[in-house]
Amino acid sequence: MFSIEPSPRSANGAGGEAGSDMSEVVLQQAAPLSVAADRTRVLSRLALVDSLFRQVTRAAAVIVLVILGGVIVSLVYGSWPAMKAFGFGFLFSQSWNPVTENFGALPAIYGTVMTSIIAMLIAVPVGLGIAIFLTELCPYVLRRPIGTAIELLAGIPSIIYGIWGLFVLAPFLQSHVQPALIAAFGDIPVFSTLFAGPPYGIGMLTAGFILAIMVLPFIASISRDVFETVPLVLKEAAWGIGATTWEVTRYVVIPYTRVGVIGGVMLGLGRALGETMAVTFVIGNAHKISGSLLAPGTTISATIANEFTEAVGDLYTSALIELGLILFFITFVVLAIARYMLMRIEQKSA
Amino acid sequence: MSLYASRRSANSVATTLCWVAAIFGLAWLFVILGVLLYEGVRGLSPAVFSEMTPPPGSAGGLLNAIAGSLVMTAIGVAVGTPLGMLAGTYMAEYGRYTKLTMVVRFINDILLSAPSIVVGLFVYTILVHPMGHFSAISGAVALALLVVPVVVRTTEDMLLLVPGSMREAATALGAPRAHVVGKVAYRAAKAGLITGVLLAVARVSGETAPLLFTALNNQFWSTDLAAPMASLPVVIFQFALSPYKDWQQLAWTGALLITVAVLALSIAARALSAGRRKSK
Repeated sequence: MFSIEPSPRSANGAGGEAGSDMSEVVLQQAAPLSVAADRTRVLSRLALVDSLFRQVTRAAAVIVLVILGGVIVSLVYGSWPAMKAFGFGFLFSQSWNPVTENFGALPAIYGTVMTSIIAMLIAVPVGLGIAIFLTELCPYVLRRPIGTAIELLAGIPSIIYGIWGLFVLAPFLQSHVQPALIAAFGDIPVFSTLFAGPPYGIGMLTAGFILAIMVLPFIASISRDVFETVPLVLKEAAWGIGATTWEVTRYVVIPYTRVGVIGGVMLGLGRALGETMAVTFVIGNAHKISGSLLAPGTTISATIANEFTEAVGDLYTSALIELGLILFFITFVVLAIARYMLMRIEQKSA
Repeated sequence: MSLYASRRSANSVATTLCWVAAIFGLAWLFVILGVLLYEGVRGLSPAVFSEMTPPPGSAGGLLNAIAGSLVMTAIGVAVGTPLGMLAGTYMAEYGRYTKLTMVVRFINDILLSAPSIVVGLFVYTILVHPMGHFSAISGAVALALLVVPVVVRTTEDMLLLVPGSMREAATALGAPRAHVVGKVAYRAAKAGLITGVLLAVARVSGETAPLLFTALNNQFWSTDLAAPMASLPVVIFQFALSPYKDWQQLAWTGALLITVAVLALSIAARALSAGRRKSK
């Protein structure tokens, strides 16, 4: 900092006079004091900005937690009147009568769980099949395009699936598939109840099927990512001792990635349980539990979407909010398990 | 020899099933897109972009719904992005190994896939109910709450990809932490951060459930944020379930518009992050 050397510029002497040299020396001698003062000022300002920024980011992180807390608190607060009125019986009651203000969650919970089970029964095997196809069988040229297409499809809003289900899938099932199912299983004891007519088109089976198509890309792309964490050496070793592609998948890839695959499936289940729009279109919104999968039913999210804006009376609204709380609780547990399992596979691959 | 044959046949059965699964799964997805394209394009006309949503049984457009969606998405993203980015910055830059970060990461991942209708209920309880009426602003808040987890996640991931040596170099030059983050880490992760915002926009632009009982719907042109406002997804929901042919056609066209927008955003996000991934 402190220097009485003439500056290089004037030393090069492009017409530099002695006088100007002197003035520079004087200036530079005077500099340290004011620079030091500037320095402390700047440094303290920087320190302030620094700690401020740090505190602001920290506050933002805390706000994310507060949001979750707020969601839970507000749902509990909103559903308090219904909790007081119905108690735990709310969970097991089948009635849903806005006129007498008597509400129960059982049909909605049943519908939510049932449609998700149907969705998982279809989507898990197909999704895993796609993942195995993409990692083991697909020609290399096609792997990236197909993988990308599946990831893009995972981002399509659920209302698109819903409108397609309502206008295309439901009429198709009604005229072609459901009559065949009713005829085929009509004489077999258990199945005749499961597939009892009439064919409405809309109903639990249709909703489950739409959900399956919707969560399929999730399960497929997560399982593919998880399958790709398997070290190549492990697979090569298996191939080296003469294992077939299927044996490599069955005895090397799947055991290695089991936790991650279950995590991915649970994530898909979380989506299916909470899905609103795809289901609301085709579920039929009937508050009853029916043995037949072809009959209309309802799910928690479909009930809320259909009835919330039209709900009159505090108890009605409150009952719907309590349904939301139940849904949030169920999905929270499922998603927490999913994340925990995916975290474990991430640690393994790291 | 029979063991060998049975292993081979098991293999061919299993691989065939995988092929079938892949074709079956992809076929449905392409059928959906195909039908959407066919039905949606049929209804495309200048009127869609220039006229308001019609009363039952007559023709019209989607102008107010498109505008409403844009306004609420813009506000939602403008509110949610800074919050998400700051939280993500804390997690990647300041408290990378703290308890708070671990908890927030876990909670954020859950919020990321939590049912969006619950977010709608939340906003209804804290905003719509006290205000006494539905409003565009509460719809925007609901969307902002869905933007936050997406942005938090991508910001953290992208900042974690920035090599520590860059931060060390900046620190060695005497730059304070805030400058290291703002002028080095953010710049290095710029493409990734923009990707996160694009993904968030794609995520919320098709969201219907949280808008149903926050912004509700509005048949007319409205710029009043305190009043109910139309949005594409809600209009699609209402029109698709109606018995009127004109309305159903508009629902298909609206669905096509949303899908095209979402796909374009996701492809743009991918193109932006493609360079990053290669360099990794």
